[in-house]
Amino acid sequence: MSSRPQRRDLLSVTEISNKMPNITADQIFQLLSQIPDPEIPVININELGILRDVKWDGELCTVVITPTYSGCPAMKVIEDDIKILLKEKGIENVKVDLVYSPAWTTDWINDEAKEKLRAYGIAPPEVTSIDKGLLLGKARHLKCPQCNSENVTMISQFGSTACKALYRCNDCKEPFDYFKCI
Amino acid sequence: MTTQEAKFQYLLRLGDSNLIIGHRLSEWCGAGPILEEDIALINIALDFVGNATALLGYAATVEGNGRTEDDLAYLRNEREFRNLLITEQPNGDYASTITRQFLYDVYTFYLYEALKSSKDETIAALAVKSHKEVTYHLRHTTEWMYRLGDGTAESHERMQNAINDLWMFTGEMFDMDEVDQILIKEGIAPDLNNIKSQWETHVKRVIAEATLQIPTYNFKQKGSKEGKHSEHLGFLLAEMQSVHRAFPGAKW
Repeated sequence: MSSRPQRRDLLSVTEISNKMPNITADQIFQLLSQIPDPEIPVININELGILRDVKWDGELCTVVITPTYSGCPAMKVIEDDIKILLKEKGIENVKVDLVYSPAWTTDWINDEAKEKLRAYGIAPPEVTSIDKGLLLGKARHLKCPQCNSENVTMISQFGSTACKALYRCNDCKEPFDYFKCI
Repeated sequence: MTTQEAKFQYLLRLGDSNLIIGHRLSEWCGAGPILEEDIALINIALDFVGNATALLGYAATVEGNGRTEDDLAYLRNEREFRNLLITEQPNGDYASTITRQFLYDVYTFYLYEALKSSKDETIAALAVKSHKEVTYHLRHTTEWMYRLGDGTAESHERMQNAINDLWMFTGEMFDMDEVDQILIKEGIAPDLNNIKSQWETHVKRVIAEATLQIPTYNFKQKGSKEGKHSEHLGFLLAEMQSVHRAFPGAKW
């Protein structure tokens, strides 16, 4: 059958993995920056601030990542994506470390990435992570990502993923996600 | 008791409480009163279970016997769990779930705020992360305390019943034993008397604003710090651990 994997392909992977790594930690960091976030594929794991560091320790490549929320189910997928991509490049001796400090914050998302979120239909987080009005229930000045109206209502503090809240635009009537400040 | 043993016990208390209340909230999945609440409770459950994974993982490291967070979650029996009694209480109606969550959220809000300055770096790091999440949880449950407490005659009555039933489980949250004393001395854990006064002020204010009453009884149910639980935990564990026990070592 033609669908059977060819032995030649399997051998070529082995040959590559036996070579000494010939790529710097910075280059690997750039490479991994291609990986999209599994739940918000319009931005990558570097723009989101999940990818923290890449280190060579002898022949072991350590990749440091941090979760957005403690229970973010995407972390396992991201870890697998990192290992698969590095394996494709012939780097198989990989350890992915999950760190909690410094705690992830939406402040790490830069303006360019925020614009990508907006274009994708997600209202990006506001500038500061310290949401002082949070416990007081003060209104925020959000803009509808569809029509830019500020006439919006929060439907729920908790949205389709841990990092988002659900809003509705009172002008264009579209519901939209808001990337919560944390 | 050594500092290491005290730290292991303390991490079990923090981790088990979050694991069990997270599991309780996950029981609402697909059964929430409205879709937005279903999603909200599951988001909150996810935060707690995720945080428990980290705390129990660190507990296993501190213990140093080669166990993992999964071993601790799935292979311990009822008497080995150290979660607060309030976290294992059944969901009941929505008033019970919201009240249980509110009383626990205020507790974790002030506890994790204090733990941010723990001299144990890992505990401090996890507390910083958790505190951000708990702030969102607390806002959510506070809104529901007002909405239901100051709502209809029926919602008010259900809320008052929930407070009356759950109040007896709040006292033990502030009990301290040798574990706490050792860790307070080391600067790893906070004095729970301080947390208690912050908790009481906050809870009394919200309950009063929600037109509800604090019960007048003084009875305090306790025992979780020695692994003595209400009958509800056994049933919860039977469900939570069943897959892992039926297929030992199974991986996704």
